[in-house]
Amino acid sequence: MKRNRFLNIILGGGTLAWLGSIFYPVFSFLNPPKRPEANVHSVKAGPADKLAVNSGEIIKFGRRPVLLIRMDTGEVRAFSATCTHLDCIVQYRQDSKQIWCACHNGYYDLRGRNISGPPPRPLDVYPVNIVNNEIIVSKPKQMG
Amino acid sequence: MLSDTGQKLYHWLDERFNLTPLIDYMQHKQVPVHKHSVWYYMGGVALFLFIVQVCSGILLLFYYQPGVDSSHESVRFIMTKVNFGWLVRSVHSWSANLMVFFVFVHMFSTFFTRAYQKPRELTWMTGFILLVLAMTFGFSGYLLPWDELAFFATKVGTDIAGAVPLIGEAMKIVLRGGDDVTGATLSRFYAIHVAMIPALFTVILGLHLLFVQRQGMHEPEAFKKLKPEQKKMIPFFPNFVLRDVLLWLIILNILLFLAVLFPWELGPKADPFVSAPEGIRPEWYFMFMFQFLKMLPAHIGFMEGEVAGILFFTLGGLVWLLTPLWAFKKRGKVDIMLLCGLLVIAFILVMTVIGYVY
Repeated sequence: MKRNRFLNIILGGGTLAWLGSIFYPVFSFLNPPKRPEANVHSVKAGPADKLAVNSGEIIKFGRRPVLLIRMDTGEVRAFSATCTHLDCIVQYRQDSKQIWCACHNGYYDLRGRNISGPPPRPLDVYPVNIVNNEIIVSKPKQMG
Repeated sequence: MLSDTGQKLYHWLDERFNLTPLIDYMQHKQVPVHKHSVWYYMGGVALFLFIVQVCSGILLLFYYQPGVDSSHESVRFIMTKVNFGWLVRSVHSWSANLMVFFVFVHMFSTFFTRAYQKPRELTWMTGFILLVLAMTFGFSGYLLPWDELAFFATKVGTDIAGAVPLIGEAMKIVLRGGDDVTGATLSRFYAIHVAMIPALFTVILGLHLLFVQRQGMHEPEAFKKLKPEQKKMIPFFPNFVLRDVLLWLIILNILLFLAVLFPWELGPKADPFVSAPEGIRPEWYFMFMFQFLKMLPAHIGFMEGEVAGILFFTLGGLVWLLTPLWAFKKRGKVDIMLLCGLLVIAFILVMTVIGYVY
């Protein structure tokens, strides 16, 4: 009986180890390797006077989309263009002067705060500087 | 002469594989005839559409090239340059939608006739798994043309997977092949759509059909109560099979009619740096979930709205899968199961209609 039990444990353990040795590599294989992302600290987004008043534009910030908005006052602001709800890309609405996500009808104000619809969090705000008429968008401090 | 050769061939095979018992079994299998018999054909129609999917899908594989720079272009090439390419692609898309539709019809018909009861619990459960796989087929295939709508639908769909507690984030990264929906996602969805799901689907479908063949057709309560001499039956082979084939021909005609007169469109190519277009929505069979998630507030209690929504659908799916284990018996005139079924259908219909109207 004792020998029987011992053999069962060895066999059972062996089967488990065998399954592990098959599935561990398979799951690891499916998990994509981290690709180094170019550490972008700031990007030039073109001349400030090219961006019309009361309009928005999506620019590339490394691999991320950023929404650039020129308000009625002429001030330029930049926000992460990725909706905090389900990852869609937001847009500036000229009629309501708000940021809108078409996927689930989420709204943000022009400080990036979620004001209506399903978005749970505000959009990240990217600092904007204008140097010699050139818009320069920088990485938010909290993103390192 | 020809029948003579046929007979000889049959004897040759029968001698080696002992086919006679199989044929006898099929000839002795009886299908009940009653006022709800029409529902027996819905599973067969779904099966036929699955076969159409496999055939048209294999044809598309001859030209389709997965990749950010080639997916949209190759689908456009299939639709504009390849002989009958527009037809094959349109048939594939229409048949996919019809298949999901008939799987739903089949499921609700077995629900309302209580066909999931003992001894058919596993037939119901394998059937539900097939429905989930059919929807996964739809979701993964939707991205492959790499157009704008598909791109955002995939972003939303995989992000929903990411909201699942504990394993969500890892699942999202494995599905997307990285943090975002990119060419890596396309490769993965391609592998899932043309290899992984078909293999799984075929195995589960095999089991499902085996169960149906072993147990025979379910008899509704009223039919079961009849005396043996009052029960009207037809043989499964050839009577039922021939009726099945006739219906398949009708469905094939409807499919071709739809594919020719309303060819499936191809939207503008996906661009990860463009805002989501207005009117973005998933395929109709995801609409009720999409609309429900859209209507939830940002926070419900201590949970984010979307997490609560996902939890709701996961639990709902689980309860539905396990129907045979909890189903209430009919007591007098009160049929709780009928109410449950109608409630589910009403929820799906209302959410879908709101999704399309607003």
